[in-house]
Amino acid sequence: MTATAEAPAEIGAVETFEVTLRVKRQNPEGNDAHGPGEEYWEEFQLTCLATDRVLDALHQIKWNVDGTLNFRRSCAHGVCGSDAMRINAKNRLACSTLLKDLNPARPITVEPIAGLPVLKDLIVDMEPFFASYREIMPFLMTTGPTPERERLQSPEDRERFDDTTKCILCAACTTACPVFWTDGQYFGPQAIVGAHRFIFDSRDEGQWERLEILNDRAGVWKCRTAFNCTEACPRGIEVTKAISEVKHALNTGEV
Amino acid sequence: MQAPELKAPAFVRSGRSRTQVERWSWIFMRASGVILIVLIFTHLFINLLTGDGVNQIDFAFVAGKWASPLWKVWDLTMLVLAMIHGGNGMRLLINDYARTTWLRKTLKVALATSVTLIIVLGSLVIFTFDPCPEGTDPALLNIELCEDLGRL
Ligand code: HEM
Ligand code: FES
Repeated sequence: MTATAEAPAEIGAVETFEVTLRVKRQNPEGNDAHGPGEEYWEEFQLTCLATDRVLDALHQIKWNVDGTLNFRRSCAHGVCGSDAMRINAKNRLACSTLLKDLNPARPITVEPIAGLPVLKDLIVDMEPFFASYREIMPFLMTTGPTPERERLQSPEDRERFDDTTKCILCAACTTACPVFWTDGQYFGPQAIVGAHRFIFDSRDEGQWERLEILNDRAGVWKCRTAFNCTEACPRGIEVTKAISEVKHALNTGEV
Repeated sequence: MQAPELKAPAFVRSGRSRTQVERWSWIFMRASGVILIVLIFTHLFINLLTGDGVNQIDFAFVAGKWASPLWKVWDLTMLVLAMIHGGNGMRLLINDYARTTWLRKTLKVALATSVTLIIVLGSLVIFTFDPCPEGTDPALLNIELCEDLGRL
């Protein structure tokens, strides 16, 4: 390694650049400089690869600079939905956001997703979010005897709800919604997406129970069509459209 | 191995409402919005872009317009619809932002009172309007109209 340090860049070598990460932190127990539960910003200067994602930068901090930094991640490949955070004021998955796409010349801000109680640093309490999801009963509801084999459906019937099957429950949409920020009682876009996935599934028979739940005063009618959810979804789900389809079903009585 | 025992969820949504109120409110906001576009833009067009534009608006101009039942009904509909639409919109915002029951109730009572007051006062003005009050300087009046009415 030392022998090649002065040599011109290797073919195929990855470029590096300097980047500043501004992370919003909070420690419920407090530390030397900050009281319990106090929110503060901390800057980290890092040398990152041109191929690095925000998650790699957070790993670099946690593993090499400050082991007390807390954040969630699991798959690191945009599948599990555990690392949604507010990066440069937009909700995204840290594992699916390249640093070079964020203008690394300026400090990159990383905050916890908004509207849910912060437990520590970038970790929020997801329970209110999951509670809404549970309330719309996200499981197949049927009557009659269980068939011997799979419940088949036509490709057209499947297409009807294909988009909303992509949800990974990362909460990026719900915590991007201005109505959810001001009124935490609102079910939020994700619960409506989760309900849409079953309401428009030809094999499911619980659609009217779910629609009735979403007809609540904390339900779909709280949506003001802000489109923040659609913009935030890392899976590209057309969230606002799904919400409109649920409203339409309630207004026309047709699923 | 045993499955973990499930605890009751820590967060439970308060008071379910199984009525259709929010659905009708949503439909009303859109229906009234469409009607308001026609009412408001025609209103602005007639008042500001025809004749002498903004300079023509004075007591005599209003008297001339309200001599026709069409404009009386027009303005009344605009008043009532805009107030109920705006009032309902403010109700949505109160539901969003007011955290305590006390604050929500207080703001909604204040809102309902002001909406009612403005609708009542506005309607009174439209229906009890006198285009030619006694003893007014004729220069301020709609002379043509008042002569037709035999009041001048
Ligand atoms: C040009 C005519 C108008 C149209 C087309 C229109 C349309 C709408 C629509 C569709 C909504 C519902 C938004 C949603 O729930 O997503 C709304 C909300 C609202 N409107 Fe109007 N409106 C008009 C005039 C007015 C007027 C004259 C007022 C005031 C007197 C007003 C006050 C409000 C308020 C306070 C809200 C609630 C805002 C919110 O929910 O965040 N609007 N309007
Ligand atoms: S870590 Fe699994 S989605 Fe990002």
